[in-house]
Amino acid sequence: MAIKLPIFMDNHATTPVDPRVLEEMLPYFTTKFGNAASRSHPFGWEAEEAVDHGRERIARLIGAKDSKEIVLTSGATESDNLALKGVAEFYKDKGNHIITTVTEHKAILDTCKRLERQGYDVTYLGVAKDGRVDPADVKKAITEKTILVSVMLANNEIGTVQPLEEIGKITRERAVLFHSDAVQGIGKVEFDVQKMNLDLVSITAHKMYGPKGVGALYVRRSKPRVRLVAQMDGGGHERGMRSGTLAVPLIVGFGKACDIMLREGKAESVKLAALRERLRSRIMGQLDEVYINGSIEHRLPGNLNISFNFVEGEGLMMAIKDVAVSSGSACTSASLEPSYVLRALGVGDELAHSSIRFGLGRFNTEEEVDYVADLVVGKVKGLRDLSPLWEMHKEGIDLKSIEWAAH
Amino acid sequence: MAYSTKVIEHYENPRNVGTLDKSDDSVGTGLVGAPACGDVMRLQIKVNEQGVIEDAKFKTFGCGSAIASSSLATEWIKGKTVDEAEAIKNSQIVEELNLPPVKIHCSVLAEDAIKSAIADYRKKQVRRAGSTKHAK
Repeated sequence: MAIKLPIFMDNHATTPVDPRVLEEMLPYFTTKFGNAASRSHPFGWEAEEAVDHGRERIARLIGAKDSKEIVLTSGATESDNLALKGVAEFYKDKGNHIITTVTEHKAILDTCKRLERQGYDVTYLGVAKDGRVDPADVKKAITEKTILVSVMLANNEIGTVQPLEEIGKITRERAVLFHSDAVQGIGKVEFDVQKMNLDLVSITAHKMYGPKGVGALYVRRSKPRVRLVAQMDGGGHERGMRSGTLAVPLIVGFGKACDIMLREGKAESVKLAALRERLRSRIMGQLDEVYINGSIEHRLPGNLNISFNFVEGEGLMMAIKDVAVSSGSACTSASLEPSYVLRALGVGDELAHSSIRFGLGRFNTEEEVDYVADLVVGKVKGLRDLSPLWEMHKEGIDLKSIEWAAH
Repeated sequence: MAYSTKVIEHYENPRNVGTLDKSDDSVGTGLVGAPACGDVMRLQIKVNEQGVIEDAKFKTFGCGSAIASSSLATEWIKGKTVDEAEAIKNSQIVEELNLPPVKIHCSVLAEDAIKSAIADYRKKQVRRAGSTKHAK
């Protein structure tokens, strides 16, 4: 089979909508276009029924007992903001301390920074070399003032899966609320809000083959009943937690995407892990000085984040321009700072600049993996021939012995 | 980010990639940037008796714009006198390659690489003049 270019291997950034999802969504744009809040006519009832069905499917995927625990939002960034700010505001008389980790998504970190400016105390826990936070560190960080712990399920750059079950035992025992940004791992790795004692969970549709623009926040309703202050004023939708007309077609698609994940996620993860291993071994079998970033064992099945020493990440992405991937190189960000996640693992800036993230997904094939691996190997070799650092390395010069002028 | 056609052209067909003999007195070597910053350029010039740069080579660790900037720099300085080459400004590289603001540092690095190679060449000439005088 001929390879169709460009190849998409950036499934941590987003995923295409599964055709089965799109099919279910379409009628809700045209004939079934009602407002789910319209109580007085069939258009509204039809929309409400569709939303409820979607909500149930989302609840089922994460192990929620009651679909009323699903608050629909515009996406995980909004869910993260609502969870952290909403809890912080509601429980401010109980305490002002929040615990999170340094490798969280910016939607968590920047929200925490804003809360700090408002007088809250935030502890940012470090991670080990493999990207995992130590549950014992969470335990130690909890004080009388702690109201919330927020730890992601899986990291978006390095795919490292965090020990949520262990952390959940600690937070439950200490009666501290536990939130997780679970965007990257849902349906791909084991996840259950009961087993993990999670009280709040942020998820989004577009990382699991659903549409962009819709997400959810799971808010536990019993043992404990979690309360939060809405961050947006309006019609009091979503039991007062999130005002705004519901995006019915998107919610229908979100529900369908969750349903597919529930049925196929496990088998798909096995397939993705095999594809990832095929990519890894084919690249590493042909190149020296290649390093994997993050845990091998506790990792999203579709994630491969590797550093190609002596080759700059953006330069490499340009060489493989028919393959959509991303890099932890500074050059890909406006700030010119290399990835804060790789830094947190203790990966040196040199190797952070040389990193490429491959994100395999539902629609990638073995043929694509083989094509990409061989393309990458060839281009890395070419760029190393162009790299003064590779030449020096080959001559046996220790690059750390040189006094580089930072610029 | 979309690259200009000129950056892509230089990136795909870099001119004057290679290495000159560092120990040759007529060769000046400039090594600028830092691995931790994501850009390192090595630019070398070979200068003849008339003070004309007869050959130039580079190797660069960096993004497409860094590679294109150094490739262009070697192309421009070949055939120029050392003084002429020294007068090249990073803004000329920015203009020629249509570099966006976030990539201007690549052109600065290329200008630095030229200047650093020339400085190294001149240092060798002074040293050589000194040692010949000594021999007499």
